[in-house]
Amino acid sequence: MNFIFDNDRPIYIQLVEQLEIYIISGQIKSGEKLPSVRELALKTKVNPNTMQKALVELEDLKLIYTERTNGKYVTKDQKLLDKFKDKYAREKTKKYINEMQELGFIDPEIIEILKEESI
Amino acid sequence: MELLECKHIYKGYDKKPVLKDINLKIPRGKIIGLLGKNGMGKTTLIKLINDLLIPTSGEILVNGKEVGIESKKIISYLPERTYLDKSMTIKQTLDYFTDFYDNFDIEKAKKLIKDLDLEIDTKISKMSKGMQEKLQLILVMSRNVELYILDEPLGGVDPATRDYILDTILNNFNEDASIIISTHLISDIERILDEVIFIDKGKIILSSDADKLREKENSSIDEIFRRMFKC
Repeated sequence: MNFIFDNDRPIYIQLVEQLEIYIISGQIKSGEKLPSVRELALKTKVNPNTMQKALVELEDLKLIYTERTNGKYVTKDQKLLDKFKDKYAREKTKKYINEMQELGFIDPEIIEILKEESI
Repeated sequence: MELLECKHIYKGYDKKPVLKDINLKIPRGKIIGLLGKNGMGKTTLIKLINDLLIPTSGEILVNGKEVGIESKKIISYLPERTYLDKSMTIKQTLDYFTDFYDNFDIEKAKKLIKDLDLEIDTKISKMSKGMQEKLQLILVMSRNVELYILDEPLGGVDPATRDYILDTILNNFNEDASIIISTHLISDIERILDEVIFIDKGKIILSSDADKLREKENSSIDEIFRRMFKC
């Protein structure tokens, strides 16, 4: 796992976003146990308090859950993971379409380019 | 009870005021950035907290008690300039710290020194400046205390040493203690801070949670600082 931050936005929000991608892409597997807050903080080189805040947020989103005394695990709810994945895909796609439209492309042209570029 | 509390601190040298009505509370378990340009009173405040200077007026409380012998036992201080005796070897320095401080964890220090590939019999004068700074930080962070105060730990170090210093600070941080880091090099350090305190012309002009401040201003702490203190 590799984390990149910019200092312009709250660090905990960026942690949530990046951990979310690792989870929905399966790089951290469904049902997998997460390392401790401390280990995660050291790995990502952030303050443990900031990491704790990010994990609370992920838990609110139900992407991870706490098993009492045992630590934190990634959700096993495949439907939820699919939902997040779909939401992410749509956000990315909307952003791409907006950028293309700003450049002056119209939808059929954008679709044509997508077809040509995807293998 | 707060770990550290400063109440209405004034300090002047020869009638020239350096600190004016400083009020602050530092809880446990936080990494706090004391941020300000050079000459704005950061080091004076730190020396007051370490009982190396006496305030003109006001009160400094550590665990509810006025600073003194007791507070020195639970504060580990990294001064801006190294105070190590360069004619000593690392081993002699470790023995010296063991003699001096009950809470010095020599095993931890030895391990950290080993990680740097340093031989314990090396004389400090034979070490590079960067290595001396790392050794000094190891000594300070190897004491089991409640408050660590690091005055400009990144002053004049190369990027690799800077990363080492940040890692060492994070590695040794625990929730029962707090760390105050004074610096004017904000962008290098802001990521690990819980809270920031801006100090300017002897006064605290801003004190905030770091992420909340980023969220409110849509910019980095470094950027906010630069905007505020545009010369």
